[in-house]
Amino acid sequence: MKIRPTKAILECLLEQDVDTIFGYPGGTILNLYDELYHYQDKVTHYLTAHEQGASHAADGYARSTGNVGVCFATSGPGATNLTTGIATAYMDSSPVVFITCNVGDNLLGKDSFQEVDIIGIAMPITKATYLVRDPQTIPDVMRQAFAVAATGRPGPVLIDFLKSATAPNIEIDYEYVHWTKNRQCSSIQSYSAHHEIKAPEPNKEDIDTLVQMIQEAERPLIMCGGGVVRGRAHTQFLTFAEKLDCPVAITIMGGGGFPGEHPLATGMIGMHGSEASNRAVAGCDLLIAVGCRFSDRVALNPTTFASQAKIVHIDIDRSEIDKNIITDHHIIGSAKKVLSMLNERLGQSDLLNWKTQILSHLSVAEETEPDRLTPKRVLQIIRETAPRDSIVATDVGQHQMWSIQHFNFSYPGQLLTSGGFGTMGFGLGAAIGAKVGNPDKVVIHTTGDGCFRMNCHEMCTSQHYNLPIITVIFNNGTLGMVRQWQNLIYDKRFSHTTLDRGPDFVKLAEAYGLKGIRVTTPEELQLAMVEALKGDCGCVLDVVIDTDEMVTPMVAAGSEITDFLLT
Amino acid sequence: MTQTISILVENSAGVLNRITGLFSRRAFNIESLAVGVTDDPTISRITIVVDSGNSVVEQVEKQLNKLVEVIKVRTIEVSSLIGRELMLVKINANAKTRQDILTICEIMGAKVCDISPASMTLELSATTEQLNTFETLLRPFSILEMARTGLIAVQKGGGKI
Repeated sequence: MKIRPTKAILECLLEQDVDTIFGYPGGTILNLYDELYHYQDKVTHYLTAHEQGASHAADGYARSTGNVGVCFATSGPGATNLTTGIATAYMDSSPVVFITCNVGDNLLGKDSFQEVDIIGIAMPITKATYLVRDPQTIPDVMRQAFAVAATGRPGPVLIDFLKSATAPNIEIDYEYVHWTKNRQCSSIQSYSAHHEIKAPEPNKEDIDTLVQMIQEAERPLIMCGGGVVRGRAHTQFLTFAEKLDCPVAITIMGGGGFPGEHPLATGMIGMHGSEASNRAVAGCDLLIAVGCRFSDRVALNPTTFASQAKIVHIDIDRSEIDKNIITDHHIIGSAKKVLSMLNERLGQSDLLNWKTQILSHLSVAEETEPDRLTPKRVLQIIRETAPRDSIVATDVGQHQMWSIQHFNFSYPGQLLTSGGFGTMGFGLGAAIGAKVGNPDKVVIHTTGDGCFRMNCHEMCTSQHYNLPIITVIFNNGTLGMVRQWQNLIYDKRFSHTTLDRGPDFVKLAEAYGLKGIRVTTPEELQLAMVEALKGDCGCVLDVVIDTDEMVTPMVAAGSEITDFLLT
Repeated sequence: MTQTISILVENSAGVLNRITGLFSRRAFNIESLAVGVTDDPTISRITIVVDSGNSVVEQVEKQLNKLVEVIKVRTIEVSSLIGRELMLVKINANAKTRQDILTICEIMGAKVCDISPASMTLELSATTEQLNTFETLLRPFSILEMARTGLIAVQKGGGKI
């Protein structure tokens, strides 16, 4: 079949079962948007306020649904506006295909209007990049891009089409092949010849070794990382944890990989980790990390991290092994596969003493001031009023840590947060993507006044597409996390962190056509949540909290994991 | 410690950029780098020499393996390495010094590629160490300019990467 290049691009998206695109048009991508006009019944395009919002929305869509997200942008500033979103997706291994168009072949490299070498810019923040000059290669490149984004350790891929390669007067050969029948691309040598073959099959002997180690261990600890969430290995992980019957610490990216309210869960680990998790890692004699990368926010001091333990690393990505922490044993493979193989081999353990010792650190602090709107109280009220399966998208900072500490996530994709890149302004875009992908679920966006200001213009997107997202602003009038460091480490020199300025978020929400409610007491919050949960319209709750609220516990960067600066 | 990494990659635009990016983001310097097409015109071989610890190279090797365009990566052990580098060197040479220079060339196995009343341009393909020796011997004659290709290497015996 001979078709236009842009039609081939759209058909290739349909091959991948794509029905949702987030994007923003512009000069060089006009041909593709013109084609999109003819595909309105098959593909829904969400026009955001800014390309960055589109990039986060595609990312949030991918994280919450497990499908590959798709994002369009034009050349030059359109493309560079994506970069923060691409890097965010890359650091958290989220599968998104970014499609940009560049200037035509005759203008390339001539500093033409809105020209930028986005391929060069995106190289270190993508799994792969493709510059498409020859329209004949479109089907192959599209298929490979999706295969690369979705397989192995997922991640973002960028395709940059030259405008000349999308010209409506050319025709290329195209045959529809559904993605399930063509994950390998014959014409792309290295991927089919090398990477697919290496799609890691867990080594049986490695499994045997770990089974042996588990049998010898007296104080094991399991760490649930982002790999469990991305690989949707939560069922296998749950069985594994219950067979070992030992404490389970959860990293930020692992949120949702293991039920937060499970009796074995010790909560978050690392800089703002719970006492139980941090003491468990310091005291365990076997640490089994599943799909983690031992980031500097978890393994704060890599030389003393889990110093009493044999460390076992299970990961799909070989390059993570011994990168940040030298391990004693590792198994390469998807969390799902490795854990099911382990589960077949393992019997029921009984480690009551160790378990009790660690879980005893999980003391529930009594609420001393029930009338005061503390961050914990805010989250408690939200948790009690909202459905249990609500999706939570966060921005970055104190509210992010509070949200992760005080919600109990129970399934992969329930928590959407920029754990690796720490992107302020991620939340609203991600919430939009999540609501589009999960229209039946309540989507709560927690944010701070600093973060919200960064990308709050996306309120027009949620309003226009009638996506009733509940935004909860933890409004402390400051960049709280930075202030916390200034408070504790910089002798209270609050350099440029005080946000004593507008806007009035209630009026702003109203200006965008959403409901805005200011909240100062627990009762007001309860009422506001009831109003917001009606779901007829997006809602912004401007929750006023104290400026000097802190995230506890806290361990300073680089310190011993049990060396709590705050408890 | 110097290590020699041999990489087979797809012969396409931007691949070199991606590979060198993995080194530069860790802020370590590439001692030498040589790229050329192999017997299969769609595949290039890149030979990189770096001066750094084992663990760093191991890490980079794993990262290289992840790149879509990379077909194979191998760190070649010093004991099983056949490595050659090409040097072109232009030196001051007149009637008085010419004979001495020719003697050095003869011992080192270098060729004269160009000659003028006041200069000579010499060519030597040898191991990195031999090139260094050659350079030391030529220094007294004043080197005008010098270019080296960087190491290319294959394994000894019948094995290939």
